[in-house]
Amino acid sequence: MDKFTELTAIAAPMPTENIDTDQIIPARFLKTIQRTGLGKNAFAAQRYDADGNEKPDFVLNQEPYRHAEILITYDNLGCGSSREHAPWALLDFGIRCVIAPSFADIFFNNCFKNGILPIPLPREICDELMDDARQGSNSRLTVDLERQVIVRPNGETIAFEVDPFRRHMLLEGLDDIGQTMAHDAEISSFEHRLARAWVPSITIGTVK
Amino acid sequence: MPVTNSPRTLFDKIWDDHVVERLEDGTCILYIDRHLVHEVTSPQAFEGLRLSGRRVRRPDATVAVVDHNVPTSDRSKPIEEPQSRLQIETLEKNVAEFGVPYFPLRSASQGIVHVVGPEQGISLPGMTIVCGDSHTSTHGALGSLAFGIGTSEVEHVLATQTILQKPAKNMRVSVEGKVGPGVTAKDIMLAIIGRIGTAGGTGHVIEFAGSAIRDLDMAGRMTLCNMSIEAGARAGLVAPDETTFAYVKGRPFAPKGEAFEQACEYWRSLASDEGAYFDTEVTLAAEEIIPSVTWGTSPQDVLPIDGSVPSPSDVADPARAAQIQRALDYMGLEAGQKIAGTPVDVVFIGSCTNSRLEDLRAAADVVRGRHVAEGVRAMIVPGSGLVKHAAEVEGLDKVFLDAGFEWREAGCSMCLGMNPDRLTPGQRCASTSNRNFEGRQGPDGRTHLCSPAMAAAAAVTGRLCDVRELVKETV
Repeated sequence: MDKFTELTAIAAPMPTENIDTDQIIPARFLKTIQRTGLGKNAFAAQRYDADGNEKPDFVLNQEPYRHAEILITYDNLGCGSSREHAPWALLDFGIRCVIAPSFADIFFNNCFKNGILPIPLPREICDELMDDARQGSNSRLTVDLERQVIVRPNGETIAFEVDPFRRHMLLEGLDDIGQTMAHDAEISSFEHRLARAWVPSITIGTVK
Repeated sequence: MPVTNSPRTLFDKIWDDHVVERLEDGTCILYIDRHLVHEVTSPQAFEGLRLSGRRVRRPDATVAVVDHNVPTSDRSKPIEEPQSRLQIETLEKNVAEFGVPYFPLRSASQGIVHVVGPEQGISLPGMTIVCGDSHTSTHGALGSLAFGIGTSEVEHVLATQTILQKPAKNMRVSVEGKVGPGVTAKDIMLAIIGRIGTAGGTGHVIEFAGSAIRDLDMAGRMTLCNMSIEAGARAGLVAPDETTFAYVKGRPFAPKGEAFEQACEYWRSLASDEGAYFDTEVTLAAEEIIPSVTWGTSPQDVLPIDGSVPSPSDVADPARAAQIQRALDYMGLEAGQKIAGTPVDVVFIGSCTNSRLEDLRAAADVVRGRHVAEGVRAMIVPGSGLVKHAAEVEGLDKVFLDAGFEWREAGCSMCLGMNPDRLTPGQRCASTSNRNFEGRQGPDGRTHLCSPAMAAAAAVTGRLCDVRELVKETV
């Protein structure tokens, strides 16, 4: 996973609530066995017409937003399916940071696992940032994870909260499996607790 | 944080019994009892294991099944769509390489992962259960803590049999009283989502309680918990009781004999304690719930069947008004119109929400002696091979076939448009599935979520209608 430290980039405004993961990447594109290559179909239904041509009114089809690395939306971003293809599609498009008043739990979690920083901020602040974003290419936002601030084009800073463990993982670009495996002895000891005798094993060959 | 000996909720108890270690910042290493795997969200996880030279820690706690991609038509032919075939073949290669138990397509027990798990006794009360699928919440009906995870977490669970998480908040949704005739678990859940909204449960695990919930059979409880994610919750739970134990007893992978009795004793101890703290409480009166459908493109866009579609002018927030207008345009509806009487093109009865034997019986009760309306395509997709077989033993297949329904093979089918069963642009569908998002059942398809009985009523009348009027006729 790529590190996330500081990002200065164009932000795309999408003033919509409840952007679900089916919108971010429709199910018909989930047939891949890879993590990459989904960017071209991110937001497919809104981005392309039936013949595959770009719809000019969709924000990510417009300059400079087709180069956006930050996405700003309204409440409950990423609701619905647990598909990690949604953050994979955003990442493959180039998005490294998503800002919204609130997020769906699984999507929020999936973002961190892929080096995307999700930042929850109050709706009024999202509105201000969205106004900044509407100014286009002269109006980049800086997201500084080390200092936990967003720097607006006018120099004003907005502080944000992030879970310390997840911040550390992003700053270092770490994969958490290796970290958990370091607790192997504790996991083994848990597995041997007598109180767990009621959990039967499923052995191969018994499934028919 | 719960203090020792203070009253605890069902969620607190299952959580506490699975914490391997609490890390400094409160993140827990949580042990996972069952990991269910399907073809869509697992290939990248197995590839990750392979690249880092890791193995599956507990193949004997892992079960794989194919469901999302599979055609629900003739199974004797090879799968036509090359990408779907590749995803299924990839799963087969991975389960062989990593030694994971697997229900192949040819198995008589194959079906939707959330139908197969409980049906086989693989999912049991008191367990922690995960799957790379948001509708894993279904298994919470047994009184297990079950939630959907992303593919990175699938890899984490495969490698370590644990997950990293902080405890959720507790929410209790109580439905008190008795529901009227024709009102099902689906209507109860749509009413709950309509009340709290699709983000109402964010950060919470919902425990469903109250007399109307206790009265539900296990299929109904699964419908309810299945759609917890549509209320934004991490998971849904119903406390295990005698209904649960009667359901679990004798299932192939459930404990047997004395081990079963001991397990029941433990499971009984899991119910929320008197006085346990819930961060959020919501109460609904069962008598006030009537058969419902969705009108828009979010599961919270719920209407009782006698209701009217909202208008953008009903709301003050311009962003919300714009969203209502967008949903109306997408759905091809007029602000203020009655939802009853809206003609449908397709009826889909199936999905992990409503494809169990009880669901098919409820639909058959409406269909018996009637015929699918002209111009309507109506399909029944049982949740598993075993559901299909049991329905055929009861003669339900004949009821549906005689009425002009398609009687198909088990799979996710038209719930999500990943397999050949899809809506074509503009088609309107009464669907027993769980999501009415734009394009969910196929690009530009229009979905109205409802119960199996309501979907059956739409099939035979050709319109969204109140099933109670049809049932009255038969009485």
